[in-house]
Amino acid sequence: MITKSLAVATVLVGLMGLTTAATPSQAATPTPYPVVVTNYGASMTFTKAPAKIISLSPTATEILFAINAGSKVVAVDNQSNYPASAPKTALSGYTPNIESILSYNPDLVVVSYDPGDLVSSLRNAGVKVLLQDAANTLADSYAQIAQLGAITGRRVSANAVVSNMKKKIASALASIPNRGSNVTFYHELDDTYYSVTSSTFIGQLYSMAGLTNIADKADGAEWGYPQLSSEYIVAKNPSLIFLADTGCCNQSKKTVKSRPGFGQLAAVKRNHIYVLNDDVSSRWGPRTASLIEAIAWAVKNFLRTNH
Amino acid sequence: MATPVKRVSATTIVVCSVAAMCTIVLAVCVGAVPVPASDVLQSIGWHLNVPFMPRNLGTNDIIIWQLRLPRVILAFVVGSMLASAGATYQGTFRNPLADPYLLGVSAGAGLGATFAIVSGAAVSHALIPVASFLGAMGAVALTYTLGRSGVSGRMSASLVLAGVAVANLLTAIQTLVQQQHNDKIREVYSWVLGTLNTSGWNDLRMVAPYIALSTFMLYRYRRVLDVFSVGDEEATTLGLPVERVRAIVIIAATLGTAAAVSVTGLIGFVGIIVPHALRLLVGNSYRVLIPLSIVGGGIFLVCADLIARTALAPTEIPIGIVTALIGAPFFLYILGSRRTGASV
Repeated sequence: MITKSLAVATVLVGLMGLTTAATPSQAATPTPYPVVVTNYGASMTFTKAPAKIISLSPTATEILFAINAGSKVVAVDNQSNYPASAPKTALSGYTPNIESILSYNPDLVVVSYDPGDLVSSLRNAGVKVLLQDAANTLADSYAQIAQLGAITGRRVSANAVVSNMKKKIASALASIPNRGSNVTFYHELDDTYYSVTSSTFIGQLYSMAGLTNIADKADGAEWGYPQLSSEYIVAKNPSLIFLADTGCCNQSKKTVKSRPGFGQLAAVKRNHIYVLNDDVSSRWGPRTASLIEAIAWAVKNFLRTNH
Repeated sequence: MATPVKRVSATTIVVCSVAAMCTIVLAVCVGAVPVPASDVLQSIGWHLNVPFMPRNLGTNDIIIWQLRLPRVILAFVVGSMLASAGATYQGTFRNPLADPYLLGVSAGAGLGATFAIVSGAAVSHALIPVASFLGAMGAVALTYTLGRSGVSGRMSASLVLAGVAVANLLTAIQTLVQQQHNDKIREVYSWVLGTLNTSGWNDLRMVAPYIALSTFMLYRYRRVLDVFSVGDEEATTLGLPVERVRAIVIIAATLGTAAAVSVTGLIGFVGIIVPHALRLLVGNSYRVLIPLSIVGGGIFLVCADLIARTALAPTEIPIGIVTALIGAPFFLYILGSRRTGASV
């Protein structure tokens, strides 16, 4: 809940300022530095690739390792659990300790959230800080990957990661027969029935797969993350249920079946409850492609068993 | 004794019963999903084996019988419990700010629930109510042990202070544990805000025995609270075994409150607003106040929950926010309109 609201609170597209000074001469010179990045009021010039990166953002950690910049990462926060080889520390992205961060002597700190003036404190201490907040669209996600690629001198890898994602997503979506058929679903964020609407990053992925979100008509506050009434879920009787709360809240097909009123739902009776990885579905990195594959698989499975 | 002996009149009993029934009927008929009154009647009638009642097999039956009815009844029972426990504590400690969480119930329950949530074991989810119940009971036991050793004759004050200290200590531990497990914050946070959205008959079955026992004890001991109002020393000279009675009342209130919060999370304000609002209406005699708090607390929480589930329907509002948002101004209104000089 908290992470979600924080993610939503900072809706800005963080990448409008991405500029690379070296663009014209890029083809000619093997090292495209300096790279100039404008990020939340600060203009940073990278004359060479940062050699000591700290990531306090689980998504950025995934991106850095995916684009082969993992060797430059000296520390990641306590929530960065992927990939397993990331140098996980006790550092926290939510309650960060400036001294502990500085003790690594980093030349770049990547965050997804700015608690208690973390960004300005670190910048005042002379450390470059890149704030990449929650993506609103896949395009945001691609842009963040490209930005980290430019800064770390891994443009080629970053481009490859993005094009690979695009390819995977396109083929997953293409594999769904008669997309746009009105298959309804309920995406569960926690066991008190918080959900997501199609206006959110994750909600858009379902729309791309042609699914109808039962939460869309429920979000009077247009916040994107409504808490659905149990009565409403039962009345809507979604065809598919996606659980993104198996990690946070120990939910499972079994606990869903045992809830009051849920036993009669079509998705429960016909076994169309699909477990998503909590982490992947709350991040916006390269693994987002596999999330879409999981959704596509669920839709195909549903269509196959119901027609 | 200055307190006039008041009884609950027959009229009051009738008015309260009718008000409670009307609230419950209204709350069952109105919800996030519109259900025709005939379906409500059919669903409840069939399940209660009313003769010739046709079985309604549709979704509306699930909504009414499995979701809405148990939720409304649970809200009533929990509201009763919190209000009567609040009134009891205000009497026992002669403190108008006393609420059911005074001796650390909420902090202990929160710590217990947090431990269950972060432990991450597959079974831990079902253990949240058990852990929060044990946490609540443990916290009050700790408060009582520490507070008892205070200066004799000033025990009620030292108990309150011990309660504040224990609550702060446990809340600090809970926050620490929660910060160590950022990935679980969402669930801890949901629990702390309190919800009736996920409740069913099972929750009611689980807590009903404790709440019934607790309410019965508080009701039986209501007259003693009037004696407490003269102060511990005078109550002793009047022949009241002050310490023993206080212990019984605290155990009873704790048992019921702990059971209530274990399934609904922390719902604030009920225990303080309802007894005081009633006090302003009917005066200070606990003989009247306790039974009225039992009914009034139930009505209040059913209404608050009705707002929580319908105001932004089909989106829920956390119940704790509604009790504060509606309860506090309502209470101030009563306070302003009836300056009768009533005091605790």
